Amino acid sequence: MLILTCPYCGIRAEETELHAGGEAHLKRFGPGASDAEFETYLFARKNPKGVHFERWRHSAGCGKWFLAARCTATLEVFGTYSAQTTQPPKHILDAIKAKRPNWEGLV
Amino acid sequence: MSTRLSKGGRLIDRATSLSFSFNGKPMHGFAGDTLASALLGAGQSLLGRSFKYHRPRGLVGSGAEEPNALVSMGRNARFEPDQRTTTTELFAGAELKSQNHWPSLNTDIGEINDKFSKFLPAGFYYKTFMGPRAAWKHLYEPIIRHSAGLGAAPKEADPDRYEQAYTYADVLVVGGGVAGLAAALKHGAAGKRVWLVEQTAHWGGRTPVDGGQIDGLDPQAWVDQTLTRLKAMPNVTLRTRFMAAGLHDHGYVIGYESVGETAPDSGKPRHRLWRMRVGLTITATGAIERPLAFAGNDVPGVMLASAVRDYVVNWAVSPGDRTVIVTNNDDAYRTALALTEAGLTVPAIIDARDSAIGELPELARAKGIRVLEGRGIARALGRKSVTGVQICAQAGEGGAVEDIACDCVAMSGGWSPVVHLWSHCGGKLTWDDSHAMFRPDPDRPPLGDQGQAMVQAVGAANGMLQLQDVMAEANVPAFAEAEAAMSAVWLMPAGAGEALKAKAFLDFQNDVKVSDVQLAAREGFESVEHTKRYTTLGMATDQGKLSNINGLAILSDALGQPIPATGTTTFRPPYTPISLGAVTAEAKGDLFQPLRRTPIQSWHEAHHAHWEPVGQWRRPYTYPRGEETHRDSVNREILNTRENVGLLDASTLGKILVKGPDAGKFLDMLYTNMMSTLKVGKCRYGLMCNENGFLMDDGVVARLSEDSFLVHTTSGGAEHIHGWMEDWLQCEWWDWKVYTANLTEAFAQIAVVGPKARMILERLGGMDVSADAFPFMAWQEGELGGIPVRVFRISFSGELSYEIAAPASRGLELWEVLVDAGSDLGVMPYGTEALHVMRAEKGFIMIGDETDGTVIPQDLNLNWAISKKKADFLGKRAQERSYLANPDRWKLVGLETLDGSVLPDGSHAPLDGFNANGQRLLQGRVTSTYYSPTVKKGIAMALVHRGPDRIGEEIAFQGENGMVACRIVDQVFYDTEGAKQNV
Repeated sequence: MLILTCPYCGIRAEETELHAGGEAHLKRFGPGASDAEFETYLFARKNPKGVHFERWRHSAGCGKWFLAARCTATLEVFGTYSAQTTQPPKHILDAIKAKRPNWEGLV
Repeated sequence: MSTRLSKGGRLIDRATSLSFSFNGKPMHGFAGDTLASALLGAGQSLLGRSFKYHRPRGLVGSGAEEPNALVSMGRNARFEPDQRTTTTELFAGAELKSQNHWPSLNTDIGEINDKFSKFLPAGFYYKTFMGPRAAWKHLYEPIIRHSAGLGAAPKEADPDRYEQAYTYADVLVVGGGVAGLAAALKHGAAGKRVWLVEQTAHWGGRTPVDGGQIDGLDPQAWVDQTLTRLKAMPNVTLRTRFMAAGLHDHGYVIGYESVGETAPDSGKPRHRLWRMRVGLTITATGAIERPLAFAGNDVPGVMLASAVRDYVVNWAVSPGDRTVIVTNNDDAYRTALALTEAGLTVPAIIDARDSAIGELPELARAKGIRVLEGRGIARALGRKSVTGVQICAQAGEGGAVEDIACDCVAMSGGWSPVVHLWSHCGGKLTWDDSHAMFRPDPDRPPLGDQGQAMVQAVGAANGMLQLQDVMAEANVPAFAEAEAAMSAVWLMPAGAGEALKAKAFLDFQNDVKVSDVQLAAREGFESVEHTKRYTTLGMATDQGKLSNINGLAILSDALGQPIPATGTTTFRPPYTPISLGAVTAEAKGDLFQPLRRTPIQSWHEAHHAHWEPVGQWRRPYTYPRGEETHRDSVNREILNTRENVGLLDASTLGKILVKGPDAGKFLDMLYTNMMSTLKVGKCRYGLMCNENGFLMDDGVVARLSEDSFLVHTTSGGAEHIHGWMEDWLQCEWWDWKVYTANLTEAFAQIAVVGPKARMILERLGGMDVSADAFPFMAWQEGELGGIPVRVFRISFSGELSYEIAAPASRGLELWEVLVDAGSDLGVMPYGTEALHVMRAEKGFIMIGDETDGTVIPQDLNLNWAISKKKADFLGKRAQERSYLANPDRWKLVGLETLDGSVLPDGSHAPLDGFNANGQRLLQGRVTSTYYSPTVKKGIAMALVHRGPDRIGEEIAFQGENGMVACRIVDQVFYDTEGAKQNV
């Protein structure tokens, strides 16, 4: 039962209030995309042991989607941030690098 | 034979005698007894039969680690199997029965398994699977089913009450022994919100039994003093009979409290399940003694040395008159001293170490106890109770040098810290060679959400096996007799041959022997996790408590690698079993899940609706009258709606308002067809697909104004579709100016359906509902009979139909006004089954019937509702994929049975031949099938390979009794031209 802080309403929300939405920062491919691009968009998901970016919805709270950076191995949470971005913001990247100096970055 | 001693017993109250029964035999114990101590005190040492070989079994331990002494308790509705006698407190009137034998505990036919045990080695289930199929079905399975398993399942509903509770703590201390008490005191004094929980009914743990001195006091006096101090702290909560079952992500702990267990009719909940969110969990869970692996170590009367000591000191129960101690460490000598103190005889202490010269062995010698060094037990003698031991050289192969008569054997193979909670959420262990045990690695604890250590182990759970070390951690001076080094002994004697190893048990509960683990290693099971599953070592309630380290050591030896290289199996919650009643608690019956009620529900209830669950709603399936069958009432409702007029409560329909300058653009992305071109005042049917291209939801969209649309979804789909919209708006098109609101419960909605529908609305008055003023697929807002309404002229039945939405608070009133106004027109309510049949007669699809998550709109001949003009919509790219664009797919058609019968739901149309998996080839399946009272025969819709190209063809579907000949027809069975809905 994870605890994630909703960046919109500020509540340290417990997992039962949240709905998991899979990997964050996916780029949508629509008509005109190649088969390979579309396949990657639909099916190819990272499954890292370590730093991961995820989508969560505060579904039993304010209803907002947000993004979370956390470690899948230790369950440590580096931070949560707005869903309205295509890249993790600098303060999140800094928080990760402070605790995982060898992290190779979002690839 | 075991018996109650005439004096002593620190936990029992001899003034309060409690009567109970075992296998129908009346017995007596005392308040403070566990079931185990009461049984043993009453002379009952044979308590059950083992799982696989049906060997006679008695108590091994005195606490949560007990593998054997499981009994059935209670009768009728309160009957419960597999109750652990060592952790259940005795109460007056307890009815206990032994398990796993036939016809009786003393005479068990299944004992024959033991004689053939060499044919039932590790993995024998898997091996018998390899045999001829007929032998498995007729020979192996019946025998295995009859002889395996523990206890019988209760047959009646549980009459007891269970509850759940939530709490928060800065610090949760698990374990009320001296280490836990000291930790609670430290954090309590620091002002933290502390919970201290203890799984038994008593504080102090082992120390009051084992002795020593803490802070200048006798251990019990120190425990009492500390409790007094803790009770005076308002920030400290103390709970006994409270087991921390599991430690989960970010400090989430499941606690299990026994509340009314020993008072069945007190009205208290039997168990309470706690969900705790904890900052720091301190595990003061102690250690569990390990058995020694020698032949016959499972004969009743062979027990852990610590358990023997517990029974004598805590409950004044003597497990035997003559107890032989066998050990590889100094601690077991305390058992010899306790037995001597109680006036019992210890014929010998058999010490596997070459020399025993510590403080404790010297104390034993001073009492005149014979100490044998470098010796082991070759085998324990006796069957239903131990009668003696054969002594051998530990270093040898088991040649007996001496027999010693005894009726109890107290064994100690060293101690293992209880690391379960530490390990549940990723805490790592380190191997401590000097004590031959795994203990928590303080450098690799389980982490909380901020990356902080969320668990800390203290005391014996942290590998501190001597009192002075335990208390030194807490900065409290203490001392006990110093212990000399132990010496790891994994097999006794070290050179034991096959015959001895085949009776040397590692896991008593699952009947796993040294020979089984060695066999698994020989057969290639190198991973400890695989070996566990192949041999069942450490499964069930054991979860590594007794069997783990001994099994790992044997496996490591067989693989020729050190124990840390083998590692441990995974420790899984719960630490000890918890009742299913506590997991369920109040979430059953009417409280299992919330029930959503439409504003008109009370009318349906008063008119004898037969209900159909639809998500969390219950909708009327039909309204039977008098003795009518459901089939008859459904047919009546359909014919009446087609001939006169029917009313349907459609309030469950999803209603989502989509508003904003970009609302049209947004709906164009969500729907396969064009919504932005819809005129204000008009309605349009639309389809929604997911990004895989598969049809997900359908419904009618009404354009309320230039910038607002009302989206109707399926009854079950409202929340999902609203979430789907929000996902795209918040996470992909966040710069689009659109707002959504789920208004499903704000409006009641009533469909007025049938040729006389307009007459009723005219009678209500307030709105021009004529064909010219209010055409098909239009909507109007106004009043009907004085009630504010929004009326949609849409039809899901093929009849003239108005769907009237009113504020939820006016819904019942509107329904009753409609019923009154139409009474002479034959108005009748109809339910969901009539709705389904009528839509099928018209060939309309139903999400969930014609779709199953793999069907695209094109499969359902809905190409007309898929825009070719739009550059993009959700699912468009997916539908361009070759296998979805391929015309060679199963597509929707109608089916008529040639004999007029009704096809079974889900029926398949087989084709000659088989696929690569040996499965029959298929060419179609039924998606909807009904008796149509309108066309008076069975009708169906089906997905059939290239179906629309095969109209008129005959095709055979599977019926209840053999194949049924059908003709492929158009899916519309009624009013093909659509004339009736457009009048």
